[in-house]
Amino acid sequence: MSAPVTDAPRTTAPPVLDIRDLRVDFDGPDGPVPAVRGVDLALRRGEVLGLVGESGSGKSTVALAAMGLLPRTARVQGSVRAAGEELLGADERALARIRGRGIAMVFQDPLSALTPVHRVGDQIAEAVRVHQDVSRAHARRRAVELLDLVGIPEPGRRADAYPHEFSGGMRQRAVIAMAIANAPDVLLADEPTTALDVTVQAQVLDVLRTAQRETGAALLLVSHDLGVIAGMADRVAVMYAGRVVESAPATELFAAPRMPYTVGLLGAVPRPDTADRPLTPIPGAPPELRLLPPGCAFAPRCPLADDGCAVAEPALTGTGDHLAACLRPPAADPATLFPVPDHTPAREAVPREELPSVLRVRGLARTFPVRKGGVFRRRVGSVYAVDGVDLDIRRGETLGLVGESGSGKSTTLMEILRLAAPEAGTVDLLGRSTSELTKRQAHALRGSVQIVFQDPMASLDPRMPIGDIVAEPLRAQGASRAAAARRTPELLRLVGLEAAHAGRFPHEFSGGQRQRVGIARALAVRPELLVLDEPVSALDVSVQAGVLNLLRRLKDELGLAYLFVSHDLAVVRHIADRVSVMYLGRTVETGPVEEVFARPRHPYTRALLSAVPVPDPARERNRERILLAGDPPSPVLREPGCRFRGRCPVYAGLAAAERARCAEERPEQRAFGPDRTAACHFAERVSAPTPTAATP
Amino acid sequence: MTTTATPPAAGPEHTPEPDDAPERAAPPGRARVALRRFAGNANAVVGATVLLLLFLLAAAGPYLTPWNHTDIDYTALREAPSADHWWGTTRIGQDVFAQVLHGLRKSLLIGLLVALFATVLASVVGACAGYFGGWTDRVLTFFIDLLLVFPTFLIIAIVSPRLRDTGWLALVGLLAVFGWMITARVVRSMARSLKERDFVRAAELMGVHPLRIVFRHILPNVSSFLIVDATIAVGAGVMSETSLSYFGFGVRPPDVSLGTLIADGSDAALTYPWMFFFAAGLLVLFVLAVNFLGDGLRDALDPTSGRAPGRKRRRARRKGKRA
Repeated sequence: MSAPVTDAPRTTAPPVLDIRDLRVDFDGPDGPVPAVRGVDLALRRGEVLGLVGESGSGKSTVALAAMGLLPRTARVQGSVRAAGEELLGADERALARIRGRGIAMVFQDPLSALTPVHRVGDQIAEAVRVHQDVSRAHARRRAVELLDLVGIPEPGRRADAYPHEFSGGMRQRAVIAMAIANAPDVLLADEPTTALDVTVQAQVLDVLRTAQRETGAALLLVSHDLGVIAGMADRVAVMYAGRVVESAPATELFAAPRMPYTVGLLGAVPRPDTADRPLTPIPGAPPELRLLPPGCAFAPRCPLADDGCAVAEPALTGTGDHLAACLRPPAADPATLFPVPDHTPAREAVPREELPSVLRVRGLARTFPVRKGGVFRRRVGSVYAVDGVDLDIRRGETLGLVGESGSGKSTTLMEILRLAAPEAGTVDLLGRSTSELTKRQAHALRGSVQIVFQDPMASLDPRMPIGDIVAEPLRAQGASRAAAARRTPELLRLVGLEAAHAGRFPHEFSGGQRQRVGIARALAVRPELLVLDEPVSALDVSVQAGVLNLLRRLKDELGLAYLFVSHDLAVVRHIADRVSVMYLGRTVETGPVEEVFARPRHPYTRALLSAVPVPDPARERNRERILLAGDPPSPVLREPGCRFRGRCPVYAGLAAAERARCAEERPEQRAFGPDRTAACHFAERVSAPTPTAATP
Repeated sequence: MTTTATPPAAGPEHTPEPDDAPERAAPPGRARVALRRFAGNANAVVGATVLLLLFLLAAAGPYLTPWNHTDIDYTALREAPSADHWWGTTRIGQDVFAQVLHGLRKSLLIGLLVALFATVLASVVGACAGYFGGWTDRVLTFFIDLLLVFPTFLIIAIVSPRLRDTGWLALVGLLAVFGWMITARVVRSMARSLKERDFVRAAELMGVHPLRIVFRHILPNVSSFLIVDATIAVGAGVMSETSLSYFGFGVRPPDVSLGTLIADGSDAALTYPWMFFFAAGLLVLFVLAVNFLGDGLRDALDPTSGRAPGRKRRRARRKGKRA
């Protein structure tokens, strides 16, 4: 847990990292493109500075410039001083001395930050020996110590492992160990947990906090996740279009933001702890940095902007620690600032049992063979990707399917969408079992269930105009060319695009607009069930809110049912009616979203919920966290008992006889009230979370 | 289904163009967009025009000059270009202009047809092998590998005398059949990676017919490679015909092609340059035109290639109109 913000004694000490008027230009095909346009940052010893911004805001470029890691084509101006030495323009030899010792970096992708052909321990020892004149054996001992510090079990043995033998979270720990090997004054962490699952993210953030405390270093934490920043940072700087637009102590920034962009950003983030607060998307998209208008870069999207804003870029001013680059600081309530979409929850009071079933899955299983051998490949085992999944969706309902990577969410979706007999269990779509469908019937049923993919760029054929893309499912269902052409403009308008854009190609649209095209394509054949596979996780927060609001509106207007797959629990909380939690291919808990979030019955659900960062420093720092030990076990082993027990906090507190039950007997779904089930033998012993973690 | 008047939450990136007819009946399809882009690309238009002129020249050749490519003028041996013989004569008194134009006709047809057949064969076989996988892949790949290990030259040498009566079309067939395998292997591997992409999976889940997926999604996305490969194949087709002719298997005298003319004239390139350079120049022009055309076609089919000079100019003009 970070220390409270007490800046008074620190302000006198000179900053360990001092960035002054940093400007970075990259060469583009049409002249230089500015990426950073005058950034001032100062980090003092022991301080955590959070740098927040959406993609393209220049936050990573700042971190890379501070390390001197920008490509040669970048033109860098200004000053970056670390420990009194100027880094910009320094030669490679000087930089090499400072890197690792003065400043160290933790990258986003831990796999590419480690050399795959060397042992992890050797890599850390090498980092030690580069800067310290110690013996090989001493460096090796130090490496094991560091691995122990970052919480890797059996560090002595693990030091001999290769990076590919580590899980993602362990790799990131190893990278952190390497970064603190020489006790640097400044740690730069560029999106250190973005590639990780929530429970692993919680572990790694904890390690990062420990590492920072142990070394006393200043930490520059670059992230797009306001929840992570809220939990870690003492001070926060918000970046937009290459500039810092607001800078304040964390508690103050989240409580009383002064820049409309920050206000909008906070209003656009779905929170796992509040129920039906409408999200306020920021209209428009971030500007193209090459063609910036002369005035405030945010003015075209700002509801408060007037002629004064378009004249000159406002300077970062303010009283005390709270600085904002805005001529007319607004009130902090995003709902009054940005138009809240008119949304009336039109859920009729029809009891759930009377609604027709759209999708019903019972005991679904899917295994993949593990093969070995060259010419005669023989099956040596199975990956139990899905091993007992139950789902139930009624008309007009949204089911959130939650789970970490590797829990079998995507496999479940593909099994449902294949519309063929599953390996085990049953899939009933619109009341018809998929195992009894003929080819013709299956083809007709494809029109009733459509999918929206995660990555809007990859799911649209780059070589097709979006008009053709949207019309494709119609044509596949046998509609004539003319009928498809008539429906296309209607669909584009439905998702908030212009009909005249039908002739454009996917790359001419922004990420959020592309995802709207994907939604329009899915809606073309008037489906009853829409499968949404992480539909907003590739989008920036301000854009994500717009897409989520669109999905809610479409559901109300068209009476759709959604199967909403996501790893982001805050998003699920916002959009889902019911939630189903998966762990290692099994459904562990289902129920109405409010109840599951307020009173989780399964220990895994509870740990998952406690790991989700809340974008509110006061709550984030005071709530109880359950850190799960280790990583999920391998899906190749099929254990008779509960698959979660190796990491289960409840299991750890059980008597031997009770433990035997967890190890031998597979927990079945037990009902806890209407429509509420959990698969745990000892669900009664899962204590209710602290009230701060879930207040409606 | 009704559309409410809710404003789009995330507005369009570019300001919407004031479109004069937003309710046009049909949005422009892929083919029309590509055609428009092709016409706007200067390189492509130049390439296409030159190629067209070459065809016209080849077709009109016999009517432009009184000489035939087999005629021998005993009064003019190794004569430099003159009013009588525009591009000079060969060592036995044949008119170079008549010969080159005749050879051009043959080479144009052989080069383009070989490239076309080989590329079509390669793309269909490669894309099907890559996309369908399984046994289809195994059988097709086996077939490709089998053809790869055949000694091409030997087989053509053995087969072509038997096909003498069918003429040069048989030669085109042979050259195409032995020239597509490597391209097919590349297309297969590209198709395999495309198969994993979400838009292909989306099409599958929509119930689009597999063959339709191959032609609508897989092939357009490998088209850049196919076009570059085909433009190279045109030159290669002409050259392999030449080498076959050199050994007496391809085009046989008295018939001529650019390749045989170049081969005959190459030893006289410095002493009697007209025997060599007119034929070589036309071949270079031909291959260049095909390359230009190919580049233009690639840019026209690839909507992300915004670097095409023609396109940028048009955009700028559009912007100017808006301002």
